[in-house]
Amino acid sequence: MIISLFIILPLATVFINSIIGRFVNKFSDVFVNIVNFILVVLSFISLYQLNTYYNKIFVYQVGGWAIPYGISIVMDHLTVFMLIVVNIVAFLVGLYSISYMERYTEKWGFYSLFELMLAGMNGVIISGDLFNIFVFLEIASIASYALVAFGTERDELEAAFKYIVLSSISTGLILLAIALTYGYTSTLNLADIAKTIQSSDNLLVKIIIFLFILGFGIKAAVVPLHWWLPDAHPSAPAPISAMLSGVLIKTLGVYLIIRVIFNVFPLYPKLLTIILFLGILSMLVGVILALYQWDYKRLLAYHSISQVGYMLLGIGLGTPLGILGGIFHLLNHSIFKSLLFLTSGALEYNFATRDLRNYFYVSKTMRNTTFSATVGSLSIAGVPPFNGFWSKLLIIIACIESKNIFAGLVAIVVSILTLASFLKVLKYGFYKENNELMEYKSKPEILNKSEVPFLMRFSMITLAFLCIILGVLLYPEIREVFLSKAVEIIYQGGLYKEFILK
Amino acid sequence: MKDNKHTGMTLIVKTVTRWTVLLIMLYGWYITFFGHLSPGGGFAGGVIVALSFIHIILAYGKDFVAEKISEHLAGILETTGGLMFLTLAILGLAAGIFFKDFLGQGKVFSLFSGGIILPANIAIMIKVGFGMLSAFLCLILFSYQDKK
Repeated sequence: MIISLFIILPLATVFINSIIGRFVNKFSDVFVNIVNFILVVLSFISLYQLNTYYNKIFVYQVGGWAIPYGISIVMDHLTVFMLIVVNIVAFLVGLYSISYMERYTEKWGFYSLFELMLAGMNGVIISGDLFNIFVFLEIASIASYALVAFGTERDELEAAFKYIVLSSISTGLILLAIALTYGYTSTLNLADIAKTIQSSDNLLVKIIIFLFILGFGIKAAVVPLHWWLPDAHPSAPAPISAMLSGVLIKTLGVYLIIRVIFNVFPLYPKLLTIILFLGILSMLVGVILALYQWDYKRLLAYHSISQVGYMLLGIGLGTPLGILGGIFHLLNHSIFKSLLFLTSGALEYNFATRDLRNYFYVSKTMRNTTFSATVGSLSIAGVPPFNGFWSKLLIIIACIESKNIFAGLVAIVVSILTLASFLKVLKYGFYKENNELMEYKSKPEILNKSEVPFLMRFSMITLAFLCIILGVLLYPEIREVFLSKAVEIIYQGGLYKEFILK
Repeated sequence: MKDNKHTGMTLIVKTVTRWTVLLIMLYGWYITFFGHLSPGGGFAGGVIVALSFIHIILAYGKDFVAEKISEHLAGILETTGGLMFLTLAILGLAAGIFFKDFLGQGKVFSLFSGGIILPANIAIMIKVGFGMLSAFLCLILFSYQDKK
């Protein structure tokens, strides 16, 4: 019952907001953020319900139709984990947008598209059959194309067009894979497919899995398929960059890769090796490309590629510890990367440029932004005690435990390179030496920049606070109710079909 | 409004349009209302209804329709269609299950049968019809502003 509200509420918000929001001025600000807050509360309630009432998996049949025929909505611990991540980030980003989006016209249109994207992501997460996953994936993608082009400047339109073309290739591949799956198994329900396909020796099954990884890999911006991301993510307005890098690439990419590989198709070790290799490649290439960037948002976008590599590395190891590291890094990355994109938005708000060399006197005038950016940078670089450190540590330990010394070494090297690149960000963007500033002392308009509005600061400080405390999720008793059960769903992939079809 | 005779296409096209456009729209409604009995449904019907509007735009020039249905109004009507469809689903939730068929099957092959399929088809028709119309209006709006 509650689980269907994750689609109903955002979709209803889209429609109501685009009718009333265009006539009433502040309506969408208030309405959308209240709905987002309700969604956050609901996602925690569903975690509580899942732990208390239901036995591991709860299946909801839309319209009351039985499993192979109807649409099923599935709630397991992985679903709830993703719902919590997506809705928390969406809530904070929505609050941030109240002040940030004042500069754009048609704010209600922005909020409608935002909620449409949220509805798409929630739908992808809770769907239990392939075709609904495809439909919601398209909803989320199409909303994100429009949001990337929201400023309708030349660069933004170009980036959006590139994004549309490449993303359409990805959805085409996914649709082809779904068609082949349906032809082979005569069903689209994930659990039913898992029951029908018992072994992966068949060539067609291998082709299907290959197509799925290719399609979802483009969405996740895994390295040979990453070209669209460094254009699309920086061009969007900052809250949307935070949503795209923070949760969209993970929901449409990493989460679906996990779901398809572990829960639907029979697992074979070679596949995990491919994922591991893709992860290592993404980590290295992403961070090397990020090193020489001066555009703050573009640098962050390249780091997203690199950090997605960490998640795939953890998942590709295939051990419980590796998977725990992978999905914990997914959670952490969505927190600190959206935080960093929000700080880039705050700087852009005051300085109207994205070039790091053009920011002056930030640490003196924008204290809260500087604090949040420092916390975010240290988290992404993996400095203890921030959350990024714990997930990277888990991944590296898992690498060594499963005798993948090389992968562990690469993870450490990439972490150091990430630290280097974020030290550059902090040095040039935030803490400039006094002698560099002397020549600007004479220009009061630079020194009189004030801090950004309260709601923007509130979002950033909350995310920074989360960065500091999230390591606590690894504390055994908290881990048992939240992370470990999600890992169990992934690691014991067969549980999924057994519990749904029982 | 500008001189109506000198915008759009020739008198022959306008006369034929005047005679056929209601039939086209009626056909769209037919396809929608009998979607659960014969091939068709909300999407196909909606496209035909939108084509009847586009037909008028092509024959009479863009101002003729754009003055009566602005892209603003088309957007609102489109959203209403989406909201109607969602309302149907939520009414099902009130009857117990999301998207539950709360109307019952009815007499087979009669017009009012098939449960919520008929109202759902009508909602989809409004959504698709005005969605396509507003997309078309947006396209011609841009060229209009360029000429100025």
